[in-house]
Formats: sequence, structure tokens, C-alpha cells
Amino acid sequence: MTATDTTARAPLSIRGREWIHAWLLLLPALVFLFAFTHIPAIATFWHSFFSTPRGRRPARFLGLDNYERMIADPVFWKVMGNNLWFALGTIPVSIALAIVMALWVNDRLAGRGFVRMAYFTPTVLPLIAVANIWLFFYTPGFGLIDQVTGSLFGWPHTNWLGDPATALNAVIVVTVWKEAGFFMIFYLAALQAIPPSLVEAAKIEGAGKWTIFRRITFPLMMPTTLFVSINAVINSFRLVDHIFILTDGGPDNASSLLLFYIYETAFEYWETGYGATLTVALLVILCALAIGQFFLFDRKVHYK
Amino acid sequence: MLKTALMKAVATAALSTGLTLGTWASAQAVDLQFYFPVAVGGTAAETIQSLTDEYAAANPDVKIDAVYSGSYQDTITKVITASRGGTPPQLSVALSADMFTLIDEDLIVPFDDFIKTDEDKAWLAGFYPAFMENSQTGGKTYGIPFQRSTPVMYWNKEAFKEAGLDPNTPPATWEELVEFGKKLTKKDANGNVTQWGVRIPSSGFPYWLFQGLSTQNDVILANSDGNKTNFDDPKVVEALQYLVDLSTKHGVMEPGIVEWGATPKAFFERQAAIMWTTTGNLTNVRKNAPFEFGVAMLPANKRRGAPTGGGNFYLFKGASEEQLAAAAEFVKWISAPEQAAKWTIATGYVAPRPDAWETDTMKAYAADFPPAIVARDQLEHAVAELATYQNQRITGIFNDALAAAITGQKDAATALKEAQTQADAILAEYR
Repeated sequence: MTATDTTARAPLSIRGREWIHAWLLLLPALVFLFAFTHIPAIATFWHSFFSTPRGRRPARFLGLDNYERMIADPVFWKVMGNNLWFALGTIPVSIALAIVMALWVNDRLAGRGFVRMAYFTPTVLPLIAVANIWLFFYTPGFGLIDQVTGSLFGWPHTNWLGDPATALNAVIVVTVWKEAGFFMIFYLAALQAIPPSLVEAAKIEGAGKWTIFRRITFPLMMPTTLFVSINAVINSFRLVDHIFILTDGGPDNASSLLLFYIYETAFEYWETGYGATLTVALLVILCALAIGQFFLFDRKVHYK
Repeated sequence: MLKTALMKAVATAALSTGLTLGTWASAQAVDLQFYFPVAVGGTAAETIQSLTDEYAAANPDVKIDAVYSGSYQDTITKVITASRGGTPPQLSVALSADMFTLIDEDLIVPFDDFIKTDEDKAWLAGFYPAFMENSQTGGKTYGIPFQRSTPVMYWNKEAFKEAGLDPNTPPATWEELVEFGKKLTKKDANGNVTQWGVRIPSSGFPYWLFQGLSTQNDVILANSDGNKTNFDDPKVVEALQYLVDLSTKHGVMEPGIVEWGATPKAFFERQAAIMWTTTGNLTNVRKNAPFEFGVAMLPANKRRGAPTGGGNFYLFKGASEEQLAAAAEFVKWISAPEQAAKWTIATGYVAPRPDAWETDTMKAYAADFPPAIVARDQLEHAVAELATYQNQRITGIFNDALAAAITGQKDAATALKEAQTQADAILAEYR
């Protein structure tokens, strides 16, 4: 866009050539974006108005039937509620933890490199592997958590993943553990970009540590917070790999999230028509959230 | 699709120029792609590979490409996706309970066209009837039993001795299971349980083990046409109540959803003195249990009973006649007694034919390790695994209902009533 603006007064032939160059440069990315993002999204929208084709029965046009079914589907509302709880449980906690960890490892301390690496390790591990490790932690009886609480406090066995009251929270803990280190890296980068002169000036003025954080560090990290929070929101709808290992969405959908339900509907039950409808709901939610966040946060974010 | 059309064209051309199809086929190697899932640990994948290699060496005109396709769930996803993409495998092992789904998707062809001679008919009649229940419908045979299993009860003989029970007498009835379970449940000084009496896992696919209980209560969960379920039958409710009571009323089983995958480990760690799990775990338990254990049939209530489970061979649409014929020949070979015996010993799956148990290899194995016979003997009491049209969906609904009752969200009758209503709504169009 800016390239064409600056050349607006250039001779027509040069401008035309630059246009062609620009499009040629954009073409590879555009092809992939259209092939793997835009066309599937439009196709999904289209399929959401049809019944699921089966070998013996072709797809029929249903109009809004799939959407009516979604509104009446108790499992859909359950997974939406779960997803909301999952987002509320993971986003603020993982961001707050990331900031605390970043501030901690940004200071001079002995073994800083080691601590940074330790915090970042969960990010490097594949989520499936993480889930398998935590599956062992949570196992009643001989799992790590029960062994520790049992020998220290004499607590009874707790079936963290097999009880509807705790299953989703157990999944949230794993997600936070996995995500916080990743977000820490962004905050660490942001912290190092803050000019030390600002903090020094504040200290001369007699500001305390909390005031410095609240008035200088945190506001200057707002672009990072925007970026991280959008990622965290998207992840709260996107990260479901560990659910396959930990709970399989159970007991009775207590730990099922929207994307997991979509997978189950489309690729286990093979109801691709209804699966498309659920996917449209997910797309709408994600678009609304991303747009909302940009408008809401944009005013509070100070770009340099 | 193009390949099939091309081969047909070549075949027609060959016929019209006076060559017979037979000479044409023997001059050309037939390519087969064969998907197989592996659902148990151990050397299952290597054993399948070595069996296909052995067949290929003896039959140079057939090339078999054996493709490991993940779990049963992954396999069904892969065959449906591949078929929709126009490149189905010619042969696959898939869950026997998915037969109706595969018919509904119009992906498979019956074996009947390849059962011509008397010898073939004798071969088909030679499988255990319990395994054929999930393999035939509408008078046609769609599946040939291969890696088939059934749940059995494993018990820790040492724990029985400590509890003052006869280590060689497993519980034979529901009442005994509770009675023994109470004696086997141990608590520490704080009143926390250190060893549970019984463990019937309920994560993932609780319907399978539950079907043991419902069968013992003399009720069938779905009809053989796969279009009607009996989830809210009072006998099913009673069976589910018994399962719930094991934790809530009798306190002999861990409450909540009990993890399937951790069950053998919990048994080895003496967290549970009796466990129910698949006979496919037999080799695993034999290698890893640090104590003497026994294997028994599931206990009886109104009758003895257990579901069958595991995978069948299916032939897929889109293959040429030669490919299908070659695939059927391969299936006949691999299910023959000697090959079936090898497979059973490597994994613990139940050899699906009585004549496989008559081979010298199998006799020697059974003499050395008598628990291997328990699963076979249980087959006369076994019924078809729950299988309906839209099977994954229906079992999904049923699993949710079981989980809701086990975790105390709903009472057994309500949960099953709701599941039946949902299942009826889906299956109505298949009646």
C-alpha cells in the first residue's frame, strides 16, 4: 500500500511495472493463503447449509436446519461454557505468570540463563508429550501428585481427570504451564527494549518499584500485551491436543472444548455437515474477538 | 479411479485380442495396499509385516504394501478420507463394530463373491460364531475376523491370599465380586484406600466393558440390523446401577472415571486386586506382573457374558476384480490355522477359528500358558460388540450417558433414557 502511495506521481509505465512486481511478490503467499485458508473457510460456510453426504445419500440443502440444531444442542452450549471457563482460566493466569517470570529473569541473578531455559522448556516440548507427562502426574494412586500429597499430608487419592468437577481445571493447569514460558519470551524482549534512562529518571524522582512497573514498564509493554493476549485468546480456542490424551473430552463432555467437539463431530462421527456449522460458529467467534481486541486495546497501546 | 478404468480398458483389450484374463493376470503383478491398525503394545506391527512378507515371497504375482495406520479410530478416519479422495486401500483391518458405518458410507464390498468352492465355504464356516455376529448382516459377509479380543478378569493371587481368600477361586458371580472386593479393599491408618478390590476402567470407551455387565444381565444393547438400541431397558439400567454401586454403595472400586490405559499398571502396583481388561493385554501382564496372577471369565449374573471386540478384514470398493480376488486370497491365507496361531502367540488376541487351536504350535503355547485358553472358552458366552449405523456417534452418546451416571451427574435411569431418545432420533432413518 505505502509503496504505491509514494509512487503515485511517477510515470505510468514505471507505476505499472511496480504494480506487477508487487503482485508477483505477493503471489506465492496469496496462493497459499487462498488455497489453505480462504477457500476452505468459504467452502465450510457453504457446506454448513447442507446435510452430511453419505455413500448412499448425497448432501441435501437444509437451509438453516444445522444452525437450529446447533442452538438446540446441549453439548454445543456445554462446550461453549467450558471454552469460556478455559479462556478465563488460562489467559489472565498465563499472562500474569509470563510477566512475573520475565521480570524475574530480566534482573541480574545467579544462573539466569539456566532459569530462563527452565521456564522456556515447556514451550519446546510437543503438547502431546506434555499431556502424557501430566497424565502420569494426575494418575490416582501412583501418580506424582497423589504420591506427594499422600506422603506429606496423608491425603486420599484424588481422581483429578475422572471427576467432572476437576477435569477441566486439570486441563487448564497443563495449558498454563505450557503457555506461560512462551509468552515470557515476548515480555523479556519487550523489557530489554525499554530505555534504562526512563527507570533511572523515575528512581531519581523517588518512585518505588511498584510505581515504576505500573507507570513505566507495564504501559511500555502494552504492544506486547496486545500481541500476547490475542495469541492467548486464539490459543484458548485452538489448543486441544492435550485433551485427546488427558480426558478425551470426558467425563460426559466436562472437559470438551469447541474445537475438540468439532473434531469429534466431523472426524469421529463423520457428520461433516454439522461439523461445518460448528466451524462457522468458531470462525465467527474468533473474528469477533480479534476485531474487538484491536479496537478495544488500540487506544491504550503506545507504539513507539 | 483412473487406474481402475485403465486396468479395465487393458483387460478388455486383452480379452478382445484373444488372450484370456488368466494369462494376463499371471503376467502382471497385482498391487495391493493394506491398512492395519495396532491397538496393543508389543510386536504386533512387526508380526503383520513378517506375515505379509512371507506371503509375498510365496506369491510373486502379488505385491502387498502393508501400511500401519495408527489406532482403530485413526484407521477408520484414514480409510474414509482416502476413499473420499478417490484412493481407497484395497484391503484394511478396521473395527468390527464399524461394519455398518462402512456399509452406510458405501465403501466396502462383501466377501461372498470370492467364496465359490466348497473349500472356501468350509473356510468361512470355520470361524467362531461369536466373531461372525459383527461380521455379517443382511445375509452377506462383510468382515473376516482377524485381531479379535474379548475382555477377561485378571486377579492378583497374592492379594487373595493376604485377604484370606482362596487364591485359585476367582469371583464367579456379581455377589461374589462385591463380597471378595470388600475383603480385598485395604485402607491405611488415615482411612485412605491403598488397594481397591475391583477395577473396571471407564475412560474412552466405557461401553465395551459395560457390555460385559449388560450381557450378564441377559440383555442385548442393539439389534443385529444395527438400527435399534435398547439403552433404556430396565435390565440395562440395573447393570449400570451395579457398576455405579461398586464405587458408591459398596466402596470396592475407585470412584469417578477410571483410566483404561493406566489399568494394567495399577494392577501391577497393587492398586487394584482384580481388573477387567482385554485379553489383548495378556502378554503384557504375563511379562510385567510382579506377582502370581490368574485369568478368569467375567463373573455371571443372570448368565455369563462378554462382548467381543477388535478388528476384521474389509474389502474396499474402487479396486479391480483382480485386486479384490487377490486380497481375498491373502485374507484366506493369513487367517489359516498356522498364521492365526503365530498372530495369537505374538499378541494375545484370540485365534478366531477352532482349527487354529488344534495346531501343534497353539497346543504347545496353551499347555505352557493355560490362561490363554480362558478367552477362547468365554467365546461361547460372548455376544457381538455394540454396533449400529453411525456407530461412533451412537457409542459416543452411550459413553456420555455411562460417564454421567458413573460420576453421579445423573442417575442411571435418566442418563440411559436420554441416551435412548438421542439414539432413536439418529437411527430412525435407517429403519
